[in-house]
Amino acid sequence: MTDTALAIRGLHKSYGDVRAVSDLDLSVPVGECFGLLGPNGAGKTTTIEICEGLLEPDSGEVEVLGMRWQHDEHALRELLGIQLQETQLSEKLTVAETVRLFRSFYKKGRAVDDVITLVQLEEKTRARVGTLSGGQKQRLAVACAIVGDPKLLFLDEPTTGLDPQSRRQLWDLITQFRAEGRTVVLTTHYMDEAERLCDRVAIVDHGKVIALDTPRALIASLGAEHVIGFTLEGEPTPIDETALRALAGVTAARRDNGAFELTSKELRLTIPSLLAFLERNRLRLAELRSHSATLEDVFVSLTGRHLRDA
Amino acid sequence: MRDSLRELTLTRFREFVREPEALFWSLAFPIVLSVGLGIAFRNRPAEIVHLAVVGDSAAARAAQDALGKSSGIKAERMEPPQARLALRTGKVALVVNAKIPDSIEYEYDDTRPDSRMARLLADDAIQRGRGRADPQRVAERYVRDPGSRYIDFVVPGLLGMGLMGNGIWGIGFTIVDARRKRLLKRLMATPMSRAEYLGSFVFSRFFLLVLEVFLLVGFSAIAFGVPVRGSLVQLAVICGLGALAFGALGLLIAARPRTIEGASGLMNLTMMPMWVLSGVFFSSENFPRAIQPVIHALPLTAVNNALRANMLRGAGLDVVGPELAIIAAWFLVCFVVALRIFRWR
Repeated sequence: MTDTALAIRGLHKSYGDVRAVSDLDLSVPVGECFGLLGPNGAGKTTTIEICEGLLEPDSGEVEVLGMRWQHDEHALRELLGIQLQETQLSEKLTVAETVRLFRSFYKKGRAVDDVITLVQLEEKTRARVGTLSGGQKQRLAVACAIVGDPKLLFLDEPTTGLDPQSRRQLWDLITQFRAEGRTVVLTTHYMDEAERLCDRVAIVDHGKVIALDTPRALIASLGAEHVIGFTLEGEPTPIDETALRALAGVTAARRDNGAFELTSKELRLTIPSLLAFLERNRLRLAELRSHSATLEDVFVSLTGRHLRDA
Repeated sequence: MRDSLRELTLTRFREFVREPEALFWSLAFPIVLSVGLGIAFRNRPAEIVHLAVVGDSAAARAAQDALGKSSGIKAERMEPPQARLALRTGKVALVVNAKIPDSIEYEYDDTRPDSRMARLLADDAIQRGRGRADPQRVAERYVRDPGSRYIDFVVPGLLGMGLMGNGIWGIGFTIVDARRKRLLKRLMATPMSRAEYLGSFVFSRFFLLVLEVFLLVGFSAIAFGVPVRGSLVQLAVICGLGALAFGALGLLIAARPRTIEGASGLMNLTMMPMWVLSGVFFSSENFPRAIQPVIHALPLTAVNNALRANMLRGAGLDVVGPELAIIAAWFLVCFVVALRIFRWR
């Protein structure tokens, strides 16, 4: 077994005129939890489905656990756990029947009851899939993905549309799986999810990797740890952004309609300096916020857009 | 049996029995239909012919005596206007008018079959009453065998229609639904064997087939005395081969569509002509000679003809060889083409 769980080189995939994935390279070592972070339509699902052997790339090389889809499809299927976006499992079956069905496809795997316990669906063992909540259905989908005892787990937007509690339950599940030394590759458009779960994150936009590092290093690359947002009272005033950049501790300033955003190395220097600047220019604050920098801010600084409205 | 094939077959079976509507339409509906048709087209006892006698002459009285002795006739004495009205409204089929002495006149509408029948019966009774002797001695024997009634014709047709509907709907809808819900794609992401996936449909279909055939044939034998004169094993062979052919046709229809709507259209397009042409409710021999070769090449025609030959005539498989060949050809062609064009993801 190689040390590299997933290696992608020069991947291209187009749908008609639309380039979904464009010259993408990635390498994921065994035992890592790797995240593809990007807005909807960035090419995350296309990329992960090519890795899963469900889509053919136009060109490029994909190596999964040291094997190729063209030659080793059957062996690979035994080693991978896959959760797809928007799969509807049969509503007429019970939870136990569904997991047992998926277990039957694999030569080796985990005990059905253990997996159901692991995803905390013990009380729903005999319930029909049609009666489950969204979060329960998603945990069942993960149960079906891990029942074959995979070495590599692919999760495509595992927590999209879930309530906060269900998300945390799924995060615990993924963390636990990862703690057993297995590899996880997931896509998400939630930066908090990527920050919390992933060892490394690739930020994807328009089918390209625009940044790749640990969440901490990506945030540090902003050269600042805090983000200050403010809006002003009255008519939108033309403020010189270079003047804002000159304030103490500020590393970057940008303006989005009437809202301003400053990134700062040191909040205790920047805030007084900002207030003094506004005072001098006879401007009054309508709102002032600050937060620690996140991957969202990294995405904004790289693309000029927010993840949610990109 | 491998675990996965067993689990897949159980899944098919669970999905089916947990859908009450599917159970009704595939198992109970053909029986309901056979009850309805059996009652509507049951053979009635020979009908009594009603007629009116007008006049008060000796001939009239003699005629009424003679008519009264005949078992199939009920003659009533009426005044002329009353008799005319009864004839016009269909209460009587014939008016026997004996107003003029020694002469009898039959008043009736010669375009009404029941009136023409009444005229023959009445005339026969009256002439015999006056002493007519028949030159030829005749005897009568009534033949009312099970096997030649409408219900006997229609039950094998319903059986064939059920095989077609359950094969095409049962397999086609399940596959297209799985594709639409991306379940098919999810299954493809596991090591599941495609052959076992399709095999699970064959196994579950055969299991339901036994129920389906047993219920309809058993019910119609008990309730209507519909015969099964051929061998039961051979009947099972015909049903099994038919189910394979229609299952393959369902698979072919479901090979590409991504939506239920698309599949429904194709299914109706396939089944509608066979419902009409293949002799389910009435004999396909009624259609023009020119299109008979086409009708005979349809799988449902072949299945219906083979079922009728077995159940009603007790014919062996050798007799229905051509039909079996047609059914087998449909199975092979549909199955091979379906596998070649099947959209797995």
